Amino acid sequence: MALLQRFIFLLLFMMTYQLLPCTGSILEEEFTEELLLKPLPDRKVLAHFHFQTKAPPSSSNGRHHHLFPKAISQLVQKFQVKEMELSFTQGRWSYERWGGFDPMPSNNAKPPGVELWAVFDVPQNQIDASWKNLTHTLSGLFCASINFLESSTTYSAPEWGFPPASRNLRYGTLPREAVCTENLTPWLKLLPCRDKSGLSALLDRPSIYRGFYHSQRLRLISTGPGLGGMAGIILEQTLTVVLQPNGRRTIVAHSGEAPVQPSWSMSSIFGRKVNGRCVLAKSSNVYLQFDRGLAKELKNHQNENKDSGTNNLASEDFWNNPGFELSVKPDGVFEEINGLHSESSSVLYKFSMEKYSESEPCDLSFKWKIPVVWSCKQAPLHATRFLMGSGNERGAIAISLKSTELTEGFLGANSVDDGCKVQVNIFQVVPWYVKVYFHSLRVSVDQQLKAPADVIEKIHVSPSKDKVSPGVMEMILKLPCTVKSASLSIDFDKGFLHIDEYPPDANQGFDIPSAVISFPKFHASLIFPKDDSLNESPMLSKFQQKNPVMSYTEVLLVPLTTPDFSMPYNVITITCTVFALYFGSLLNVLRRRVAEEERLLKSKAATKTNRLSLLLSKLSAKLRGKPWEPPSSPQPTSSFISSKLVLRVILVAGIAMVWQYYFS
Amino acid sequence: MADGKSETPTEKETPKPKPRPILRLVIFLISQSFLVSVICCTAGVLALLLLPVLAKNTYISENALMPGSASPMISNQEVLDGNKLVEDLTNLNSKYLDGGIESQRIIAKYMSDLGAEVSYHKFHPQSNRFHPLHLFSDPDSRAQENFSCSSYGINTIGIIRAPHGDGKEAIVLATPYNSLKSDLGESFSVGIAFSVFSLLSQVTWLAKDIIWIVADSRYGEYAPVAAWLKDYHVPKFSSLSSGNVEMCHDGKNLYELKGKSITGDFRRAGTMAAALVLKVSDRTEELEDTVSIYAEASNGQMPNLDLINIVYYLAAHHRQGFRVKVERLWSLLDCSLLKVLGTIIEFVGEVARSLNPEWKFGIPATDYVEGTATLASSLYSQALGVPTGPHGAFRDYQVDAITLEFSPKFTSDMKVRHNDFFLRGGRLIEGVIRSVNNLLEKFHQSFFLYLLTSPNKFVSVGVYMIAFALVIAPLPMIAASLYISANNSNSSLKQDKSTLSPYPVADEHSNTVRSWRWLNAAKVVFIIHLWGAVVSLLPYFICQIPDLTSTTSFLIWVLLSVLSLQVLYSILASPFPHANASQPQEGDWALLKSVTISALFIGLGLMSVINFATAEIGALLLVPTCLLARPLRLDLRARSLRSFSRVICNLVLGHIAFPPAAFLVVKGVFSGFGSANVGDFWNWVESLWAWNSATYLYISMVHLPCWVLCIYILIHTC
Repeated sequence: MALLQRFIFLLLFMMTYQLLPCTGSILEEEFTEELLLKPLPDRKVLAHFHFQTKAPPSSSNGRHHHLFPKAISQLVQKFQVKEMELSFTQGRWSYERWGGFDPMPSNNAKPPGVELWAVFDVPQNQIDASWKNLTHTLSGLFCASINFLESSTTYSAPEWGFPPASRNLRYGTLPREAVCTENLTPWLKLLPCRDKSGLSALLDRPSIYRGFYHSQRLRLISTGPGLGGMAGIILEQTLTVVLQPNGRRTIVAHSGEAPVQPSWSMSSIFGRKVNGRCVLAKSSNVYLQFDRGLAKELKNHQNENKDSGTNNLASEDFWNNPGFELSVKPDGVFEEINGLHSESSSVLYKFSMEKYSESEPCDLSFKWKIPVVWSCKQAPLHATRFLMGSGNERGAIAISLKSTELTEGFLGANSVDDGCKVQVNIFQVVPWYVKVYFHSLRVSVDQQLKAPADVIEKIHVSPSKDKVSPGVMEMILKLPCTVKSASLSIDFDKGFLHIDEYPPDANQGFDIPSAVISFPKFHASLIFPKDDSLNESPMLSKFQQKNPVMSYTEVLLVPLTTPDFSMPYNVITITCTVFALYFGSLLNVLRRRVAEEERLLKSKAATKTNRLSLLLSKLSAKLRGKPWEPPSSPQPTSSFISSKLVLRVILVAGIAMVWQYYFS
Repeated sequence: MADGKSETPTEKETPKPKPRPILRLVIFLISQSFLVSVICCTAGVLALLLLPVLAKNTYISENALMPGSASPMISNQEVLDGNKLVEDLTNLNSKYLDGGIESQRIIAKYMSDLGAEVSYHKFHPQSNRFHPLHLFSDPDSRAQENFSCSSYGINTIGIIRAPHGDGKEAIVLATPYNSLKSDLGESFSVGIAFSVFSLLSQVTWLAKDIIWIVADSRYGEYAPVAAWLKDYHVPKFSSLSSGNVEMCHDGKNLYELKGKSITGDFRRAGTMAAALVLKVSDRTEELEDTVSIYAEASNGQMPNLDLINIVYYLAAHHRQGFRVKVERLWSLLDCSLLKVLGTIIEFVGEVARSLNPEWKFGIPATDYVEGTATLASSLYSQALGVPTGPHGAFRDYQVDAITLEFSPKFTSDMKVRHNDFFLRGGRLIEGVIRSVNNLLEKFHQSFFLYLLTSPNKFVSVGVYMIAFALVIAPLPMIAASLYISANNSNSSLKQDKSTLSPYPVADEHSNTVRSWRWLNAAKVVFIIHLWGAVVSLLPYFICQIPDLTSTTSFLIWVLLSVLSLQVLYSILASPFPHANASQPQEGDWALLKSVTISALFIGLGLMSVINFATAEIGALLLVPTCLLARPLRLDLRARSLRSFSRVICNLVLGHIAFPPAAFLVVKGVFSGFGSANVGDFWNWVESLWAWNSATYLYISMVHLPCWVLCIYILIHTC
């Protein structure tokens, strides 16, 4: 009894012990929600939602969390995930129109379909097992077929080609995965307010899936195991959509002047308004960002109109800006601290959602007053990838790099010295049925064929193994700064798959996942002045990180030879015919006794009538299908024949068995 | 089999061992080869004539296409935009004459206003040179030529990226447009295409990117599309080859054209799923608006039947008011023989139906005649191996493509009719593109090997092969029977001699020599075929000689051919070296004929795999010629009616089967003998090799040698 009492006491003590620090940890686990809106040059609007949930590294509260989703923390603990990123994307990021240099495309533009990479904190030999389990868990969590990444033919282990270069990295993509609300709902469930209040309430399914680009991302960073084995985890959930404000476009063809960009508001692009913040969120802000190009254009316009020296967008008199009009007064204006290379700088308006409520919703609207034409900043080289050749036998993959205005302006300036080089990293995974010949790699720079060794500084190739692993190619190219265009091409043969390895709709062709092109010497970052309110924002601190500029190429579709799946009947028929012919002729040969037939013929003259009648009766019996009974019944011979026949049948069956054995 | 077995008792009476039933069947056929060959050939021709009756209705095989399931979205707004473009283009034509750059700029401007990615593609036309070693090679590996920078064309290409799509696949819309000298038809085709393009730039249902290429057709309609496709699939990265177009920057070129969003970069959009070439003809002779479908690509390749089916289905069932046509030989429509045949078939069908209402195989006589005319045209264009439009260029890259030619019935001044026509044409194109867009897989469900007898009727490969198989079936039989009879006659002759001969050993020796006598015949056949190969290569050298008219070229070709035949003949030995001294033997011509027929059988069989129509037409010409060939002297000696008629047949066939003669006869029949000229044949052959047609190889390496051998047999001295 005393034991029981002590046990209950212990239990109570443990419960209080667990409950007590909880009150303290409310302060530590934090959730922020942010939304960035940005007008794009081709009359579209980019909306980027950024939700961040942070769990501190402590063992104090055991397994319990207040805000942090339990499923994610369990996943991190179980598989010892150090870093992980999962993205679901529909549509393509247009690097030419929507920019390729900012943090936005570099961090958030993803290839179509599903992309997953993870760094594990486990010994080398356990990584694959952890990866497999992780894919299955995520598959269940997000209602997607991520479990197909389990097969070793679909994922790869890049050494240094993919930015978080680590030996414990695994990388896999599913280009064909369709993305829809069934993936969004579990993603929203990880948010403390779901989509009931706060900024996530804007996520009206029809409007966000109507967009031109839709990328839903989940990124985990585990900050190392704490004392009690509980890791601190940062969970970033971002959703990037590109929306068209006005469905109907007016064609002002050939009038010479560009039309005014369509005005938009939150309710017009999302169909909803913000009813205040999520009460659990530490901060809830909406930002409006002007691109460097746009800011410059607006500034020019302003200067033309007013001639008043140091006017800029960041000043407080944005209300009487001649270029545009905002319906809500911003709570802060920030201008990018510019680095070395450009006269224009990006401008950010901050709108806090604290003051809005159900009765007074926020509907930020943006109205253009004048037509503005600008272009987004491009990555140093614009990369496209395409297939060459036709037919079902062989082809080639080509990656073509074209210089953009950035390279022409920025690199061209200091290209006086010949030593100037642009570094380009290329990471390419090729499925095993596309049999790449790495020796056939051809590089040409400015339409001059170069020896690969002149251009490629470092290359790491792991050839594919049939049905085991994909081929991986990682390369560092050093191109001269004056480069106008460069291209790489590599030949491949198309392999054959076993009939049960074909996916459904095999006649569509097979995908080659996107290649990743990164420029390590170029950093996509927006540096804003040191300000407490900005430093608190996880999204903006993310923007300030010095990440290399990255871009993904197109997914390619390779038509492979596919069998006619609709003809199993024909196959069965022809196989049966062949077998019937084979066994028929075999039995015929075995049964025939040539010598005896000749003897029969020779002695025919003597016993002509007798033999003939015998033969006739035999034949007629055979035709009628009845067993023949010889009139003079030489019994022993018939029994001898039958035993021999049995032997032969056994022999044939034996051959058939051997056949079967060797062919299965 | 059952027959064979029931015969066994009687066979058993003979002291020979019983041969296997299948062997006996073969022996029976060979012994009755004459009768069998007559029956087979007649049946083959009849089967060919019956093909229009046996044609089945087309049906949409791929369910994913779902044509017409969505109502067309193209509205008057898009049509007005298209009309505006047409007006701009026609106004421009009357104003400027600056090498057509201005019209391309206008088209590009319109495209980029729609939000499409626009680029220009500069190309040089490929000259029609003969590359004997590149006949069957990929279009990728054809040799580059030196271009002059003075002549080039500029294609304008607009690409709409599908908003939700992943950009793996694309649908191509091509409109030939001659910017130098455009007629109203071409402007209309650009207008319709623009209307559709304008719609497609707004819709949300696109899954595949749309490429619209306005092909600069100043060097023909095929060349610009082919050049663009070549650069799309086989780009040149290094400028080591001299054929790089971008290398020459002469005068005012592309850089003038380039705007902010328009570049000279080559833009791509994934694997092509299908292509539509759009044309509007100026002829307005029709009573109603029609759409003509042209489908034949090089070497008789056809696009998937589903593509034609969609067009027919949408045009016929969805009240677009278009009558769908496929090409037909008009001259056959008045052919009285066909009309009689059609009436007979109709009558037979009626009789059959009166006997049993379930039997429905008769078709009306007019349908029959039209079906035959269409079938003949289909066969002819496939046999020629020359594509019937720019769609042929796509088929070289395994892309299914057809040309749609609209012929409006209005006269060009009726504005209201224009809009209506644009709307309906646009709806049809939109429907086809939407169907192809629905398609998840590439076209694979329906037929690739077929002949059309009307837009909605087709004869599949399983049916039309029967006719061909029946025509060539007698060949191996006749060859075997001739070989056997030649050997038998030899041995019987020899037996007569051996009774006299006192040296049986020597006789044994001569027996083995005789049994190998067919080798001599084979040698002759081989030499002649080798000569055929030489003849096929000769035009390459003739082309090198500058300034030749087609007639002289042809004459030089004939001369050189005869010369080379002589040379080969003298070098590689006379045909029968050991028919020495003694008189040429009785069976020689029979052996030669037997080997010729075997070679013809192999050649036709091979050709039927490459291009069925060529093989069929060739078989109809050559099989009777080869089967009837018999030394004239023998027939003249016989002096019977039968042999006399055979001589006549032989002479006629011997003339007709000669390829130039056949060509001239066909040309004379269809366009009057007055205009026929020997030089035309050279032009025709030139067009064959320019299009890499396998028909050229067939003519020079199968048809011509077999004809020469037949003539050789005819004049054989025995």
